[in-house]
Amino acid sequence: MIELQSVSKSFDGVKVIDELSLNIAQGEFIVILGSSGSGKSTLLKMMNRLVEHDSGRILFAGEEIRSFRPEDIRRRMGYAIQSIGLFPHWNVEKNIAAVPTLLKWPKARIEARVTELMTLLQLEPAMYLARFPHQLSGGQQQRVGVARALAGNPEVLLMDEPFGALDPVTRSALQLEIARIHKVSGKTIVLVTHDIDEALSLATRIVLLDKGAIVQSGTPLEVLSAPANDFVLDFFGRGDVGIKLLGLRRVADHMRPEVTDGRDLAHDESQGDPIPDTLSLREALSLFVSRRVASLPVADSEGRRVGRIDLQDLPGSAETLESAESTGRP
Amino acid sequence: MTWLKNRVLLLLLATGLAAASGLAFLTHAPNRLVSGVGISLVEAVSASGGALQAWALLAIGLPALLLATAVFMRGSRATQLMVIVAASLLLTGLASLAGARATRLASVALDAASGATPGIERTSLGGAFWILSALAWLTASDAIAHLGLRPVWRLAAGAAVIAPVLACMAAGLLDQLSLLKEYANREDLFNTALLQHVQIVLASLLPSLLIGVPLGVASVREGRWMTALRAPLFASLNIIQTIPSIALFGLLMGPLALLATGLPLLAQWGIKGVGLAPAVIALTLYSLLPIVRSTAAGMSQVPRPVIDAAIGMGLTARQVLWKVELPLALPVFIAGLRVAAVQTIGMAMVAALIGAGGFGAIMFQGLLGGALDLVLLGVVPVVAMAVAVDAVLKTLASSLAHAY
Repeated sequence: MIELQSVSKSFDGVKVIDELSLNIAQGEFIVILGSSGSGKSTLLKMMNRLVEHDSGRILFAGEEIRSFRPEDIRRRMGYAIQSIGLFPHWNVEKNIAAVPTLLKWPKARIEARVTELMTLLQLEPAMYLARFPHQLSGGQQQRVGVARALAGNPEVLLMDEPFGALDPVTRSALQLEIARIHKVSGKTIVLVTHDIDEALSLATRIVLLDKGAIVQSGTPLEVLSAPANDFVLDFFGRGDVGIKLLGLRRVADHMRPEVTDGRDLAHDESQGDPIPDTLSLREALSLFVSRRVASLPVADSEGRRVGRIDLQDLPGSAETLESAESTGRP
Repeated sequence: MTWLKNRVLLLLLATGLAAASGLAFLTHAPNRLVSGVGISLVEAVSASGGALQAWALLAIGLPALLLATAVFMRGSRATQLMVIVAASLLLTGLASLAGARATRLASVALDAASGATPGIERTSLGGAFWILSALAWLTASDAIAHLGLRPVWRLAAGAAVIAPVLACMAAGLLDQLSLLKEYANREDLFNTALLQHVQIVLASLLPSLLIGVPLGVASVREGRWMTALRAPLFASLNIIQTIPSIALFGLLMGPLALLATGLPLLAQWGIKGVGLAPAVIALTLYSLLPIVRSTAAGMSQVPRPVIDAAIGMGLTARQVLWKVELPLALPVFIAGLRVAAVQTIGMAMVAALIGAGGFGAIMFQGLLGGALDLVLLGVVPVVAMAVAVDAVLKTLASSLAHAY
């Protein structure tokens, strides 16, 4: 979908992007991760020509991006930014309809698209259609921002730290939302962030950037379990890597299934209310500690007891890591 | 002093009382050349006699009483409404009393017309009338501001307060007042002056907008040229602003006269040293500063992320300007346009000195002839025009700012 071939960019003689090559395939959720000054925002902005690259080639759908008019390429790529930048003089409906209007869609199609997107982002159309941005909360504004970025049915969605300014609760709600949108739409998404947990939970591939070059690129599991060098290890936090790895796995894949005909339960040492099998192992570990138990009952999505998980079931040995590596993402 | 609810109103009433007792409400003179005899408000009411006296007492006394009561009432919506109605009634009462007295004096003069030509005696409005009217207007605007209305309704309420006075004027009740007598004598002159004045103002503001808005937009753009030009641009606009208007008219007369002699074609189009051309050029130059500055200020307060998002979504540079930047700059820009418009309306008075006409011509005629009523005939419509334009543009700006 987007291919960068030894692309470089300097600002005032300082190299920000250095001979960088990256191939983004259709349907990937790429998270460009890096500390501030690593060039991650510049990298994103070169893709829709908000920043022009100095050398190398950037291909979009197989063609050099400079062969398009900048406006045309931007209308084919959705763009959402941290400060959202909703048009304050337009209501929600007009904001979302911005790109479809530029693309001269028929009126009925625009209306249908706005309603569809608002429903997708859980904004009740009847309630919010006519509101102005200043009448919305920060989270609602970013929902509108994402809806606006998706409105023209773009082939790629570019997001520059879209959830950076939101409170933790709203942020994780919107992260779930965008993961769901990726799953149902199959759109190629490129998201820039410095938030490691955000990268780990959203990405199908993490591209770790430092000083304008790619340090490592791979699935969250690959990056965590086989860091390319000390920089990667330090970036993810040497002491936290184990915890973060646990965060990538589900209880369902590691629990001990059991037949629940009622007989075994009397002998069961697992304590307290059953935990949902969709929890990550990281959350399970937290529950082991807070409940001061070594075993937890597990229930499925309907609340039926399906098994239990013991503290010793948590993967920790080198063998489990290696086997996980070979299978890729959990 | 918790029983005292509205100190502003109390102050206004006290000032009004002082003005009413100390200054003449009307001045009566046998003709417009001699200085007249003052008639106080009390005399104006009591000397009327009969039904007129009772009516005058009611027309002035009732609203005054209502306003005095309001000083001790909580500032609820109902109280504010009552104050507005009372102030409007007071304005109407003052105007119609003055009109009625003038009519009575005219008929008395006619009865006693011993050789004197009827119609030359003058009853002019005195200091007390002007001060009381101004106070009533202030009281009404203060109460309107407290109602918390939307901008458009605020404007409508203001218009409703003076509407009865205008109705009295239209019905001919005030015709015997010297101001309107002067108007009747010079109706054609007045209408020409009105037309010329509006013409000067529009002819100055239009080019100033056409030059000023692009300059203002360009001045906030990045780029080597504009960065270099920004400081000198604003410096020269500032310098123009400091030149006294008469001096600027004078400065323009010479070159324009030369041009007209050199190029007769220009003279045929009416461009010469005196008249409309130098006036319009000078007033255009004066209004450039507020227009350029407010355009630049409006443009630079458009949030950067909004522009970034607009560009990132694929709006062209022109679309960003027309759909995002200019609409968002509009409220600030209109504030500058207000300054420019009011300033131009006022300065167009002086343009009469170089033969551009307008209300200035009437005013200067009055000044030179020592006829105060004639001066007022030139000044009052200009003040009214400035206040009206200011109010309309202010309403426009605040309803735009409201919408965002």
